[in-house]
Amino acid sequence: MTRISLATACATALLLSAAPSHAATIFVSNEKDNTVTVIDSETMKTIKTIKTARRPRGIVLGPDFKELFVAAGDGDIIDVIDTKTLEVTRTLDSGPDPELMAVDPAGKIIYIANEDDSLVTIMDIESGDVLAEVPVGVEPEGMAVSPDSKYTVATSESTSMAHVIDNATNKLIANVLVDSRPREAKFSPDGKELWVSSEVGGTIAVIDPKTWKVTKKITFEVPGVRPEQLQPVGMDFARDGKIVFVPLGPSNRVAVIDAATKEVLEYILVGQRPWHGELGPDGKKFYVANGLTNDVTVIDVDSLKPEKSVPVGRLPWGVAIMPGKPGE
Amino acid sequence: MHPFSWSVLGSKRGVGSIGRVTAMALALAMLTGSATAEPKDPAAATEAAPAAPKPAAAPKPAAEPKDPAIQNMRVVYLGKKYSEPLPLSYAEKEITDKGIQGARLMLKEANQAGNFVGHSFELVEEIEPEDGDVVAKAKAALANGDRFFIADLEPADLLAVADLPEAKDALIMNIRSSATALRQEQCRSNVFHIIPDYAMRADALAQYLIWKKWPRWFVIRRDTPEDRDYLAQVKRSAARFGGKVVDEKLYDLPPGARNLDSGYQQVQSQIPMETEGAPDHDVVWAINSDDDFGDYLMYRTSSPRPVVGTQGLQATAWDKSYTESGGMHFQNAIPRLAKRTPVERDYTAWLGFRALADAAMKSDSVAPKTVKDYLLSDEFKLEAFKGQALSFRTWDHQMRQPIILGGGTRVPVSTSPQEGFLHPKYLTDTLGFDEPETKCKFK
Repeated sequence: MTRISLATACATALLLSAAPSHAATIFVSNEKDNTVTVIDSETMKTIKTIKTARRPRGIVLGPDFKELFVAAGDGDIIDVIDTKTLEVTRTLDSGPDPELMAVDPAGKIIYIANEDDSLVTIMDIESGDVLAEVPVGVEPEGMAVSPDSKYTVATSESTSMAHVIDNATNKLIANVLVDSRPREAKFSPDGKELWVSSEVGGTIAVIDPKTWKVTKKITFEVPGVRPEQLQPVGMDFARDGKIVFVPLGPSNRVAVIDAATKEVLEYILVGQRPWHGELGPDGKKFYVANGLTNDVTVIDVDSLKPEKSVPVGRLPWGVAIMPGKPGE
Repeated sequence: MHPFSWSVLGSKRGVGSIGRVTAMALALAMLTGSATAEPKDPAAATEAAPAAPKPAAAPKPAAEPKDPAIQNMRVVYLGKKYSEPLPLSYAEKEITDKGIQGARLMLKEANQAGNFVGHSFELVEEIEPEDGDVVAKAKAALANGDRFFIADLEPADLLAVADLPEAKDALIMNIRSSATALRQEQCRSNVFHIIPDYAMRADALAQYLIWKKWPRWFVIRRDTPEDRDYLAQVKRSAARFGGKVVDEKLYDLPPGARNLDSGYQQVQSQIPMETEGAPDHDVVWAINSDDDFGDYLMYRTSSPRPVVGTQGLQATAWDKSYTESGGMHFQNAIPRLAKRTPVERDYTAWLGFRALADAAMKSDSVAPKTVKDYLLSDEFKLEAFKGQALSFRTWDHQMRQPIILGGGTRVPVSTSPQEGFLHPKYLTDTLGFDEPETKCKFK
């Protein structure tokens, strides 16, 4: 009996290791449940629900995928989850009300938006030491580090600006006015453009990092949907930077934008109030968290069609994805 | 030590110049790359920009800022200490600084934003005693070149200020009065209404009651001018949305002292008598602007019915229970400044100043005409914790905004407009006077 099951286990292990590495692990922060749902991308089944500090929102992996950082706004800390054991192994003292974070490409430094204190906290990941605090506008939220690590951008929701920090000096070098309530900032993979989504303004500002000037504003329009419901929040580049997925909150849609022409190619109907999503490691699927329907919709990147939705916790907020399975 | 302590200085009358100059110094510091540098203490800031003591009476001339690159906007908060009804609960503290605390918060935030883009802001506080002359104060400010006002004024005073010939090109933010006439027959082109009027409030509640299938309303009211205005709007809402005022009772027991020892025993027997005999109804709609009996209705009416209106479930621009769309920022910020929870007028004062500051920065001008044009343009989309952009109705200058339904509860009940009520342009224009029904004719 024991021998048989052991043999089966070995066979399974062999099969798994032999399989092409399409497997990925999807992490979803559930704002209302104080948990992170862990999903196996092959079965789309929940493999674990991890308890976090209160109100987990921003969720981001280090570049080596060993640690997952979850900003717990009401807990005033960042939970660090070991992606092998799926346990919270340590916490970072982020300062009050952390919302979104960005990790530098080297995986050494984490940039945290402290919403309630109008600060960006710059922290050494390994030691948890605060390297600097940079005062920015009111209610900072979106954070992005440029691919060359030279700049970090914070958006301030109440002040309606993108603040650019020079990473060499930790000083502000530019402040760009954008439309109301900027939520997220994202650099294009080649670093030649900075995109900033304005949730209440209903636009995306495309900014030239050479001049830090807005070069283009992208707007949205869906027949039969009230304009104030078209609220861009998250932004994720796909197809090697050729398209951008933009969840549009209360319109229950994800817009797909041609990154070159800045035209909207498609509006994909998903669950209710999608804010953030993430591209799978093989670039074939986009996963978006639907806040009000408590599920995640899988979108096929080639066909731009929604394939299925799977349940997660309550008020799912953000998504992070690592290649492979936990412990592999 | 707080990086923006200077703006608190700037909020006090007579030391505005300290606030502004320090703000400019900070702005310069930011531009030259010392963003993390903080002023060590207010004294150090004063040292850099010594301010001579000023006579208390006349406001100082609106001098051009020393750095021509920085555009300064001076906002005058014009208020009067009207006698206000005391809270019905003796345990509830009387609040004497409603409104101004919201303006002070916005001063800090506006400078925080302005620093980054070459704008600075000043707040001049002119709050008169009840027998004071706000018109004289307004005249003095206008003569001094001031054109941006936050009006914490009742209708008669507001109109007296707005109708001053020299105020023609001023921008006056009404943060206090919900009187519908100010948006209708008595509208003025230099007045912008931040606070919702009674029509918007009645519509916000009515939509929810219709959504709940509670269309029969029993009105109990007093008879102040505010109460009569609200009553007319409740009837208008009933006609618009398919509700019905089944009966209307004037509550005429004298208010008397607030809660007394054992006083609840009398109230407990009075209220059922006052509410019995009404035709079948789904809710009791209290109209009691003086706040001297409405709360007595809850749990005491003859039939077990919820209470809505000026007490019970209320339609309001801000509520202490509201936390959505970043609202916790305001809920946390006001207590830090005022040592109390925010009230609606703090929010409308904050919002009125915010509209001016946003328009100044986005239009990159402090010229009254440019700021006004921007406020009324499609470009103006203000973020203010309501989950959608706020803007002004061009036909009566009322700010369109979602309305919170809360007030008596520890968590908000809902936000109107409700789904299912349709509008070709803005769903929020289902609340209050829409363009086809406006009686406003700007001169």
